[in-house]
Amino acid sequence: MADRVIAGRAIVAGNAEGDALVTSDALSFWGGYDFHTGEIIDRRHPLAGVRAAGRILAVPFSKGSSSTTAVLVEAVRAGTAPAAILTTGVDAFFALASIVADVMYGKPFPVIALEPVDFASLRSGEQLRIELSGVIRRI
Amino acid sequence: MLQLSDDDRAMLNGDRGPAPRLAMSILVRMADVYGAAELMDISQAHIDSTIYLGDATLDFAERLAALGARVAVPTSLNVSGVDECGWKDWAVPPDWAAKAARQMLAYEKMGAVPMWTCAPYQTHMRPAFGQQIAWGESNAIAFANSVIGARTERYPDLLDVCCAITGRVPAVGLHLTAQRAGQMLLRLAGVAPALQQDDQFFAVLGHLVGTLAGDQIPVIDGILVRPAEDRLKAFAAASASSGRVALFHMVGVTPEAPTLDAAFQGRAAPPAIEITTADLRAARRELTTADGQPLDMVILGSPHFSLAEFSLLAPLVAGRQVHPRVKFLVTSSRLMKERAEESGVLAPIVAFGAQITLDTCILASPMLPPEIKTLMTNSAKYAYYAPSLLNTRVTFGSLADCVRSAVEGRVVRDESLWRIA
Repeated sequence: MADRVIAGRAIVAGNAEGDALVTSDALSFWGGYDFHTGEIIDRRHPLAGVRAAGRILAVPFSKGSSSTTAVLVEAVRAGTAPAAILTTGVDAFFALASIVADVMYGKPFPVIALEPVDFASLRSGEQLRIELSGVIRRI
Repeated sequence: MLQLSDDDRAMLNGDRGPAPRLAMSILVRMADVYGAAELMDISQAHIDSTIYLGDATLDFAERLAALGARVAVPTSLNVSGVDECGWKDWAVPPDWAAKAARQMLAYEKMGAVPMWTCAPYQTHMRPAFGQQIAWGESNAIAFANSVIGARTERYPDLLDVCCAITGRVPAVGLHLTAQRAGQMLLRLAGVAPALQQDDQFFAVLGHLVGTLAGDQIPVIDGILVRPAEDRLKAFAAASASSGRVALFHMVGVTPEAPTLDAAFQGRAAPPAIEITTADLRAARRELTTADGQPLDMVILGSPHFSLAEFSLLAPLVAGRQVHPRVKFLVTSSRLMKERAEESGVLAPIVAFGAQITLDTCILASPMLPPEIKTLMTNSAKYAYYAPSLLNTRVTFGSLADCVRSAVEGRVVRDESLWRIA
């Protein structure tokens, strides 16, 4: 059985709670995420058609367009962003989106880097709580 | 622990005004994210944040402009959300055009050069080998690093402008020699020179390499031809669309990889992953989502069409006519269109029935009317994104295939090199 507690590294610290949406495939938010609906729209991605708004999105890293950041900030403004993003390494694109969302709208979201083995233990649908320290609890 | 210079601290404290303060405050937080020990100077920037997406991108641009932001280094501007002069010919909503134009104005006010192109490396602002730069735009990042040997991290929108305003970047990643060594080896196995010479080859290979490379710096060995610059441009754009490639080395082709050993900076190369002709055929098939022959539009120019590409297209279309049911669109920059006009290659393209869109592209501006449902392109980047962003079907083919299809009004492709033998 998976550990109840995962020690994540808070790249951008924050609190969040929600159900996990997990993929092992990298994602470009530009061309891959509709900030009007919060839906993943990259037809070449396994999560195509799934709504990620308000969920804890676990995606190993960003790929593709530099505008991924801008799309995520638009999503924060529109209230359609994921509640948090979990990655396998430090992803500057997701971190910047959270920092700019903080600067512009006072609405950062947690960005947490996990060890690959911990990332691999995540399952879509499980309930997670992210703490300021970067600790993630299965609830 | 991040050590700031006196200048950095002056900016952070607001001694240079509110815009450098805001930009530096974001940059310092990002330096922590990157784990940088210090910031370093850049001598050029390219801002991708110009693409209007909605109110947030406009808020950010206008906030910086209102604070009196000025770029500290020569800075070019990427595509915008609207063709300033030509948008009325298309389905762009007037409200979108107005807001996209406001965003353009905000960045122009900062003193950046209004190139409005995603191929700044084909203008007079092309950086030099070894030059430290901060570039946004995925295709341009990959091209600048790999084909030119300039040095930029993979900068996201909204950070590129902070770098331009401060003239500083975190001293990490692809700015540093040691971080530019190859990390994985991909080797073409038995891929015939005739296929490597095909004008789809480098776009298809780039698409495949992007999917294979993950977050690694790929080294590609086994290239037997000397690709023209626009083929490397197609490779860079494709690999930065299907993947996150910001730097690649092509042995014997790109400047930091005269040899396999140089590509890995003298370290032992990892075991090679083979790329076969069958892998390339499969990658090419992935780029096509349409079936059958219906065709509404041929679209060329992602990244923006160069003078060399206009010059290749001109003889293919001379004396021919686009089928009345089909649109034929080339996306490019004002500069390249002007050069194509001057050199006489634009006239036959226009006479053929092609339209030219400047400053933007079909992915960055909502210009296509809803009746356009099937596209054909020679751009792997257009082929990658169009199905998701535009809800269209797409066929990938050579430049000659695109022209012939436009003339016949249906998709036709010469499959002789790509058919399974």
